[in-house]
Amino acid sequence: MNAVPINGVTTPESRPRTLAEKVWDAHLVKKGEDGTPDLIYIDLHLVHEVTSPQAFDGLRVAGRPVRRPDLTIATEDHNTPTLAIDKPIADLTSRTQIETLRRNAAEFGIRLHSLGDKEQGIVHVVGPQLGLTQPGITVVCGDSHTSTHGAFGAMAFGIGTSEVEHVLATQTLPLKPFKTMAINVEGSLRPGVTAKDIILAVIAKIGTGGGQGYVLEYRGSAIRSLSMDGRMTICNMSIEAGARAGMVAPDETTFAYLKGRAHAPEGDDWDVAVEYWKTLATDEGAEFDAEVSIDADVLEPFVTWGTNPGQGVSLSESVPDPAAIDDQHERAAAERALEYMDLEPGTPLKEIRVDAVFMGSCTNSRIEDLRAFASIIQGKQKADGVRVMVVPGSARVRLEAEAEGLDKVFEAFGAEWRFAGCSMCLGMNPDQLAPGERCASTSNRNFEGRQGKGGRTHLVSPLVAAATAIRGTLSSPWDLSDEPGLADAATDRARIEGEGR
Amino acid sequence: MEKFTTVTGVAVPMRRSNVDTDQIIPAVFLKRVTKTGFDDALFYGWRQDPEFILNQEAYQGARVLIAGPDFGTGSSREHAVWALRDFGFDVVISSRFGDIFRGNSGKQGLLAAQVAYEDVERLWEVVEAEPGISVTVDLVERTVSAGALTVPFDVDDYTRWRLLEGLDDIGLTLRDESAIAEFETHREAWRPKTLPIREPAESGTL
Repeated sequence: MNAVPINGVTTPESRPRTLAEKVWDAHLVKKGEDGTPDLIYIDLHLVHEVTSPQAFDGLRVAGRPVRRPDLTIATEDHNTPTLAIDKPIADLTSRTQIETLRRNAAEFGIRLHSLGDKEQGIVHVVGPQLGLTQPGITVVCGDSHTSTHGAFGAMAFGIGTSEVEHVLATQTLPLKPFKTMAINVEGSLRPGVTAKDIILAVIAKIGTGGGQGYVLEYRGSAIRSLSMDGRMTICNMSIEAGARAGMVAPDETTFAYLKGRAHAPEGDDWDVAVEYWKTLATDEGAEFDAEVSIDADVLEPFVTWGTNPGQGVSLSESVPDPAAIDDQHERAAAERALEYMDLEPGTPLKEIRVDAVFMGSCTNSRIEDLRAFASIIQGKQKADGVRVMVVPGSARVRLEAEAEGLDKVFEAFGAEWRFAGCSMCLGMNPDQLAPGERCASTSNRNFEGRQGKGGRTHLVSPLVAAATAIRGTLSSPWDLSDEPGLADAATDRARIEGEGR
Repeated sequence: MEKFTTVTGVAVPMRRSNVDTDQIIPAVFLKRVTKTGFDDALFYGWRQDPEFILNQEAYQGARVLIAGPDFGTGSSREHAVWALRDFGFDVVISSRFGDIFRGNSGKQGLLAAQVAYEDVERLWEVVEAEPGISVTVDLVERTVSAGALTVPFDVDDYTRWRLLEGLDDIGLTLRDESAIAEFETHREAWRPKTLPIREPAESGTL
């Protein structure tokens, strides 16, 4: 427990608190009364081109400045092309949106990393790699996958454009406290099973609405043994379970990741910061409003079959039969999903052929994800007729991958090696599926038309994406060899868990 | 923002659950830099089907959308709210809303009225029995009335107050500017700052 004043706020030691409550309490500008929300201070505001133009416009109309440009950072990611980035953006409306951000950043004095800059990339990859995302801070962005940053023990959540304007103007948000839910993941993942499979299993278990109103705290031995990249994958998809935020208590893995990053504390400040960060873990005896448990020992590679991220099962299973679903809404949703996905109940998932494999997005585009993908495909050829796109999360990840020679592995395999951005996760740029095309994607949403109108998405881990690219049908590394030893060896090398930076 | 008290208008029964914001407005329409002009984009994919409920004659000019559970899940795009507003909707009724969508609605004068699922079913039945029937949503009393049926809805007190008064959030917060400034004087110096820019160790060129 912690009686040290943080941000000038001293909390009595009388009550054990959760990680989420501690971060909340340390950012209380004003406690709400009579049903009004609390006013919460925001430490870091991330900005991108899609959800900000109308917010800046609002400031301009009201004659308001940005209160804290020094707590704000912008990058271009959703619209940016992943090929020929030195050419003008072909799509006029995309170009307008990018140019609008550049103009707004210049006018309001905001740091911007534009296309072609070494720090450009997906906003949720850029923040952590610069060391700006730190334990115990509050982070917002006009993007629902802001939950990613909770992997550091930050309180991080997506906001709408009106709230973006609000934070720009006041550096605060009026908010009602969230409820807390513990997601306990105990045990050890088998080789070939990754952070992505954990979170897909969590969402399948609690549903796309199960987390509404909650902050999820991921706990347990399986979470503790994950790298920061793996933890970010898990927190990233908290929103797919309906939760605005997901968190992991900071530990030595977190500190090791941050040490030496450009904006991490230095010298004596580092020691003071680490001492504080260590106090953030949920206290013994603190109560969560809800608890859910997942057994990591028995998890298998996971895949979605439907059109929301909760419609997922183990890859070894078959397409479910909607008739067997009790809940009428779930049943109706499953029927509609199978029609859209053009799938028959009872079809083994491993018999489903894909047209494309997308390796990227804020869920899985960090260096460890690319290493995992490369370790499986190394020395192999992609399946005939399958298009494989590898899109790094940031320009820096791209450079890091090239320094390790991963680009050569991708190209020898027959994959396209692209520049950084959101790309085919949501198809705002030219990277889209054609109608009817089916894709194994390491991204976060399998909604109808998400990757292009009429496109069909199966959410998978980087390892499953790699095995699928080799075989042409949904596959995991377990399917790559009749020799279990060989398959294990391949997956051992590729395990995301435990790989240091 | 205009004050919101009572809305009376045509209600559309949308018997779908998990209507995510990608369905409400696909990403390709998010490239505009204005807050208006999104009416054509609303439910763009589904509206290609002539049988889709919003294409039916009886529901033209609708102001109230009655949807299945988990409406507005997924992406944070406020464009979903702008598109619903542009199309003419003042109220969305559901038994459960995505959190971000619900928050965005309140900022744009769109009432996200939470109605118990059994009551949503009853509203659907009334509205489907007489397509094009007007319903009344009363924010003062927190009720939805359709024909002889009146059911209650939930909306949090603060959002209700702001809608009733037509208040601007930023203006409200700036009343507490001195508390914000006071908080900032205690904020630890080692907390991260984006400026001045600190350069990471260099590695390669793009």
